[in-house]
Amino acid sequence: MENSPLFKSGHTACAGCGQAIAARLVVEAAGANTIIANNTGCLEVFSAKYPETAWGVPWIHSLFENSAAVASGIEAALIYLGKKDTINVIAQGGDGGTADIGLQALSGMLERGHDILYICFDNEAYENTGIQRSGLTPYGTNTTTSPPGKQSIGNFRPKKPMPEIALAHGIPYVATASAGFPQDLTRKVKKAISIKGPKYIQVHVPCPLGWRHETNQMLTVAKLAVETGLYPLFEYENGVLANRKQIVPKPVQEYLKSQGRFKHLLDNPEEIKKIQEIADNNIKKYNLKLEA
Amino acid sequence: MKEFVEGSHAVAQIIKACQPGVISAYPITPQTHIVEDLAQIVANGELKAQFVNVESEHSAASVVLGASATGVRVYTATSSQGLFYMQEVIFNIAGMRLPVVMTCANRAISAPINIWNDQQDSISLRDAGWFQIYAEDNQEAVDFHLIGYRLAEDKRVMLPVMVCMDGFILTHGMETVDIPEQDKVNKFLPNYNPLYKLDPAEPISMGLLADPDYYMETRFAIQETMKASLGYLSEISREFNAVFGRDYKDLLVEEYQTKDADKVIVAMGSVCGTIKEAVDEQRAKGKKVGLLRIITYRPFPYARVYEALKDVPRVAVLDKAVSLGAYAPIAVEMKAAFYGKKKGPKVISSFVGGLGGRDITLESIHEVFRRLTAKEVNSDFIDLKPELLKEDTRS
Amino acid sequence: MFGPLTVKPSESKGDKTGSWRTQLRPHYLHKDCIACRMCLIICPEGCVHGKEKNAFWTDYNFCKGCGVCADICPKKDIAMVVEESKGEDK
Repeated sequence: MENSPLFKSGHTACAGCGQAIAARLVVEAAGANTIIANNTGCLEVFSAKYPETAWGVPWIHSLFENSAAVASGIEAALIYLGKKDTINVIAQGGDGGTADIGLQALSGMLERGHDILYICFDNEAYENTGIQRSGLTPYGTNTTTSPPGKQSIGNFRPKKPMPEIALAHGIPYVATASAGFPQDLTRKVKKAISIKGPKYIQVHVPCPLGWRHETNQMLTVAKLAVETGLYPLFEYENGVLANRKQIVPKPVQEYLKSQGRFKHLLDNPEEIKKIQEIADNNIKKYNLKLEA
Repeated sequence: MKEFVEGSHAVAQIIKACQPGVISAYPITPQTHIVEDLAQIVANGELKAQFVNVESEHSAASVVLGASATGVRVYTATSSQGLFYMQEVIFNIAGMRLPVVMTCANRAISAPINIWNDQQDSISLRDAGWFQIYAEDNQEAVDFHLIGYRLAEDKRVMLPVMVCMDGFILTHGMETVDIPEQDKVNKFLPNYNPLYKLDPAEPISMGLLADPDYYMETRFAIQETMKASLGYLSEISREFNAVFGRDYKDLLVEEYQTKDADKVIVAMGSVCGTIKEAVDEQRAKGKKVGLLRIITYRPFPYARVYEALKDVPRVAVLDKAVSLGAYAPIAVEMKAAFYGKKKGPKVISSFVGGLGGRDITLESIHEVFRRLTAKEVNSDFIDLKPELLKEDTRS
Repeated sequence: MFGPLTVKPSESKGDKTGSWRTQLRPHYLHKDCIACRMCLIICPEGCVHGKEKNAFWTDYNFCKGCGVCADICPKKDIAMVVEESKGEDK
C-alpha cells in the first residue's frame, strides 16, 4: 500500500456492500486523529474479526446498543487528559443499533452535549442477523420478520424519523447522506467534525443481500432512493435547514422495481400510491423539487 | 484521619483520594449518597474528574468502559436493578480486561420491589469475571476500594473489582472511619499506567470478534488470572498494612474463634458483626462456636476455606441470597471446597436469611447455631413469618 | 496472561477476500481514464490504487468482483471480464 489507509482491504463485507463504502469514506474524511466506538452489527463483524482489523484508527466495539455511551466515556477521558481538542470521537452503528436498541444511549449522548459525531449506517434492516425488520425499515418492505402474505403487505410502518429525533435534541448538526453520493458524504463528515458538540449523520447504505439487487447496482439503487424523494439528503445547522439535494423527482416505482425486497408491491397500485405519498411528502417538506 | 461519618461519605472520600479521571453513575437507592458526594467534590474543584450524568446504568457502565479503554482511571457505583441493567456491560468490561472499580451497594432485587439490603444482586453476577470483595464495616469499605484499584490495575491482573457493601446498613450507617491521607494513598496506589489504550498515536482495535479458534483462550486467561490473584491479594494486603497499619491478612477470609470450634457459621458482609457478637456471647457460656467470614467471594478461596474448617465438625452457611430452586450460593461453594477431601465437616447446613432487609438479629444467629444439628439442612430460611404463608394473601 | 484481545492495524494482513470472486473481475482498459478517482473512492474494499491517468489498478487479492467501479466510471474505462484465475498475488 502506498499510503496507510484508515480502513483497510481484506475485511469480510459482502461484495458491493454500501456500508463498507460509507464506513471507509467516513473514517478517511475524519482522518487519523480519530477514535471510533462501534456498535455490534455487520460493520463490526466484517471489519474486526480477530486477528485482523480493517481499522487504522483506534477502534473499540463493546455491545450492540452502547457505542454512543462508550464514545461519551472516551470523550470524557480525552477531556480529562487534555486531548479532546486534537482528537475526533465517532460513535457509529447500524439502523437497528441506532434507532431501536441504541436509541436511549444515543439520546443521552446527544442531550449531554458531548463533542461526538454519531454515524448511523442505515441499511434499513437487521442485515447481520438475517434481514429482520428494524425501526428504520421502510413501509412495505419484505424482510424475514415482516414478510408479505395474505394478511400483510410487508412492513406496515414507515421509517422512524431518526434525523428529526436527533434534531429535537437541539444539536448543532444533523444530516442525511448516501453511499450513492460519496463526495457529498465526505463533505458532510468534514463539516460535522469541524463543529463542536453532538452531531448526527444518517447514511443510506444499500445492502445487496438484504435488498436483493445485483452487487453492481449499488450506486443505481442508492441514487434512486434520493432521486425519488424516498431518501432526502439534507443538512440542518443549528436547527435550520441549511442545505438539501434538489431532484427532478422520479416515480417511486423505479426505486421499488430495482430491488427484490419490494417485488411483492409492484402489482399493487394502492400500496405504490402510499409509497409515492411518502416521497411526495418528503419532496414538499424539504422543498426538494428542482425548478426547471 | 479518623472521622465519624456515613459510609457513603467515607467511600466518596477514598474515591476522591484515588483520583479517577472519569466518574459516571445513574441514581439508585442506596447508592445515591456516594455519587452525590462525588458530584459535589467535583463541583467544588476538589477532584479534577469528568462526572458524566447518564440516562441509565447501562450507559454508566458503558461510559466507564470507554473511559477506561482510553487509559483513564474510572469509577461507578450502583445497586440491585441498576447492576442487573448493567449486566452485559459488566461482563464486557471483564472480557476486555479493563480495571474498572465499582461499588455495589447491596440491595434486594425485584419483584417485589424492595430497596433494602441483601446480597442477591452482586451474587447473581458472580460469573462475570469481576473480583467481588465484601466489606463487613465502613473501614473495610473504604480500604477495599483503595485496595481494589491497586489490584485491578496490577499488570498481572487487569480485571475489574466490585466492592460490595451492604445497602443502608453500611452505606447509610455512621461509624468512625480512618480515611487514608492523600500522601499515603499516593504511596500505595501509583498513577494508572494502562497496558494498552485507545490512542491515535498508536492505534489498536479492541473488542474484536473472536471465533471458535480464539474465544476460549480469552476466558481461560481470565480464569487463570483469577486463580493467581488469590496470592496477589495477600501480597497487596501486606503492602497495605505496611502503609496504613491495618492488617487484612490474606484478604480472602477472616477466621474468628474457629480454631477449636465445633460449630462455625460461614457468612459474608456486615452480618458478620452480629455473628461475632453472638459468638462472643456463646463463648462466654463455654460453647465452642466461631465464624468464618468470606471476604473475597470471587475468586473463591477454596483452599483457605478448607484449611480453616477442615477440623470443624459442623458448619452453617448463612447466605443473604438465594438461588431459587437450588442450594444457596455460598453453601454450594462450601460443599465444593470439601468434596472428595479427606478432612472436613460432617455437616454443612445451609441457611438463608436477611432477604429484602429482614433484620438478622443476635437471636437469629443463636437460632442458626441451634438448628445446626447432626441433621443437615439445605436453604433453610430463618426469621420467616409463618402467618404470611398460611393462606393466599391476595385480597 | 490476556489471550487474544487486541489487534494492531500494522500487524493485520487482512483476509485475501479476492478468493470470493466467482464470475467477473474489473479490467482497467487504461484508454480514456481521466483520473477522476471515482473507482478508488467507491470501491467497498478500498483495493483500487493509482494516481495518474490510465494508471489505476485493482488489487485482486482483495477485489470481490462487485462491479461498482465499472458502474461508476464516467468514461466506461473499466470492463468487467470473465474471471480467469482466483486470488493471485501481486
